Amino acid sequence: MALTEENPGYKWVGTRPIRPDGLEKVTGKAQFGADLTLPGMLYGKIVRSPHAHARIVAIDTSAAESMPGVKAVITGNDFPDLAANGAHPSAIDISHNAIARDKVLYEGHVVAAVAAVTREQAAAAANAVEVTYEVLPHVLTVDDAMAENAPLLHEGMITKGVEPTPEQPSNVASRVAHERGDLEQGFGEADVVVEQEFTTKPVHQGYIEPHAAVADANSDGRANIWCSSQGHFQMRADTASVLGVSQGTLKVTAAEIGGGFGGKTVIYLEPIAVRLSQRAGRPVKLVMDRDEVFRATGPTSGTRMKIKMGVSNDGKLTAAEVWMAFEAGAYAGGPVGAAGMTVLAPYDIPHFLVEGYDVVCNKPRVAAYRAPGAPMAAFAVESVLDDLARAIDMDPIDLRLANAAVEGTQAAYGPKFPRIGFVETLEAIKEHPNYTAELGPNQGRGVAAGFWFNAGMSSSATVHVNENGTATVVTGSPDIGGSRQSMALMAAEELGIPYESIKPVVADTETVGFTDVTGGSRVTLATGAAVVDACRIVIDDLRARAAKTWDVEVDQVEWVDGQAQHVDGSQPPLSLNDLAAKSARTGGPISANASLNARGVGAAFSTQVCDVEVDPETGVTQVVRYLTAQDAGRAISPDYVEGQMQGGVVQGIGWGLNEEYVHDQNGNMENPSFLDYRMPVASDLPMIECCIIEVPNPAHPYGVRGVGEVGIVPPMAALGNAIKDATGVRMTDLPMSPIKVLEALNEQSD
Amino acid sequence: MAKVYFSAGLREFTGGVSQVQVEASNVRRLVAALDDMFPGIGERLSEGSSVAIDGEILTDADFESVPDDAEVHFLDILQGG
Repeated sequence: MALTEENPGYKWVGTRPIRPDGLEKVTGKAQFGADLTLPGMLYGKIVRSPHAHARIVAIDTSAAESMPGVKAVITGNDFPDLAANGAHPSAIDISHNAIARDKVLYEGHVVAAVAAVTREQAAAAANAVEVTYEVLPHVLTVDDAMAENAPLLHEGMITKGVEPTPEQPSNVASRVAHERGDLEQGFGEADVVVEQEFTTKPVHQGYIEPHAAVADANSDGRANIWCSSQGHFQMRADTASVLGVSQGTLKVTAAEIGGGFGGKTVIYLEPIAVRLSQRAGRPVKLVMDRDEVFRATGPTSGTRMKIKMGVSNDGKLTAAEVWMAFEAGAYAGGPVGAAGMTVLAPYDIPHFLVEGYDVVCNKPRVAAYRAPGAPMAAFAVESVLDDLARAIDMDPIDLRLANAAVEGTQAAYGPKFPRIGFVETLEAIKEHPNYTAELGPNQGRGVAAGFWFNAGMSSSATVHVNENGTATVVTGSPDIGGSRQSMALMAAEELGIPYESIKPVVADTETVGFTDVTGGSRVTLATGAAVVDACRIVIDDLRARAAKTWDVEVDQVEWVDGQAQHVDGSQPPLSLNDLAAKSARTGGPISANASLNARGVGAAFSTQVCDVEVDPETGVTQVVRYLTAQDAGRAISPDYVEGQMQGGVVQGIGWGLNEEYVHDQNGNMENPSFLDYRMPVASDLPMIECCIIEVPNPAHPYGVRGVGEVGIVPPMAALGNAIKDATGVRMTDLPMSPIKVLEALNEQSD
Repeated sequence: MAKVYFSAGLREFTGGVSQVQVEASNVRRLVAALDDMFPGIGERLSEGSSVAIDGEILTDADFESVPDDAEVHFLDILQGG
């Protein structure tokens, strides 16, 4: 662990205590989405489309309704027509993605659902629902979807962002663009120009816990939902919209979550479970199996990208031209916008044009996946940078250092950067022994960098001081990456009491103020700031109570090391325990709320180096050494920061070397299991070494930037660059699986 | 007056203009002033944008003050994972 700034004397922030959720998880007591059981609960089963694109001609539920144990059967007709109600197009898409109406747009699209007394009865009834389809031609890739006369998913889709506005519909939902300077001039100033085309496949977040929801609807129109999600307030809003009810009728409780990575910011089961529960008059549980997770929930985009970049012989980037088309899946809204903003963000390039296209196709609607859009874009640009460095015989880190964005650089997406730590991550890698370690036969080394914005958004927190001087910290942020520990560490630091005296709790939608999703690497920054604010209100209250007790003015009281002290030492200190025990005599219970729309978001950068060994006979790539350096701003919980860094890298290794959706000619997924969709496991990997860089974010009370996403941005390019170094072959299509590497090696030798 | 910069994607609303100077005390008034100059851009900015004021990216920042000499960029709303 390397630090660029000294720890300013924190007692708890930056330490590595035992995680608050650890014991319950390792003893099996933690309640995940599928663990809840209610009296009289029914089991639900979803009926899904077997076709990639088809018109729903008829649905006959009569046979299913008459089967033993069946209590409810629903179809799209059981949900309001939001289009007729004038809803926003994005709300209509969410509704139609939750359950199809006239058409199914991908294999796995929901067409009906049943609830029955037993799982077996529900499964049998689901099989008895008869759906008549008119199968339509489908498109699976951006190439097919953008082709002339391609089958249309949405007959009314007119491309946005194009001037003049097209008169004919297409599968291209929108165009985004960023440009600066004069491309012709920029490429004219280059000594070397590299142009290359790249493709990537959809990959899934691969969270271990499948989606699960339990709904219990009451006869008064209210309903309780327990679900696995990254944001139960978002689940409440979207579920209410699909059901056509007020958000206030729904109470959503976030279950313990077994991974999300962006994929659990979306509703799938929740409105279905509520409607089934309403129809049956009993609680209903819905749990996906892995097959359903793959076929019906959002992976990230498959892409095609064309990159052209120029560099002078002294290592200055002169121009870049980027063209990107990203699959959105069945509905508009893929991450090409973020890809366009991030693709050149780490570098100061005077002349560039970035164009991106959001393209619908007959696959599940894409969902966020760690730094959505940035990893694919970085794979392409960081590969080209590697080729540029080779072409001018320059160290790849030196090339990046020569062009790195720093404070004051006008980012390619618009504004100037505040203080950032990109250069520090590059220097940390360059100075690390791994960067000069000797390579063996068939081994190569690759470097790549990445950028992600991070997010702020809205958060709330409540701090209760208990009668014995301990404290409960209540937030609305589901803990997918260690946020409970981070909240407890910051509260302990503020209040001056031991970490072990803080109980961090994630509360339901009726118990804590509105909080946006746990996503965008925002929770430690934004919810953390709310916790800090609430603690400071509590401290002001404690000082006032001490002043009242001593009969002095409040400005005579300081809060130091968890106790009230008179500024001149004339009174014996009062600890939090003392004040809490007598709170009734000084005004009643001690607690405070804080809510905010977070400011001061700090951008994140990561630089990574890996060594690989490529077997020339099989094409298998083995990662033999991996180092990641990332600017965390301040690592509140270094254990969790390292976990996020390592997790991002490992997911990137899977994305780079093995993972992909494979479809047959009918648009059916052929590998919807972890057996055939090959994610890396511990035995595939070396230790992922971490170097936490701390360039504190000046806008956060503890310097936090956010660490959850940027770690997945560089790995694919780092691997590709290492394979190039080992073999001389430039891989341009992900995943760089053994068969593709072997083919490339054979082509090279021909 | 604040300098407002438009990404290439927003220039369909501005007839290709990439930068204007606008006097407005807060973001809501700034967006209204821009809509007067470029009809239709107000809805686009209100529904689908974050705003960066002197490098700080903010969401739902209607009442954020805009300093006289601020540099303002409107950015697509980002989806995090």
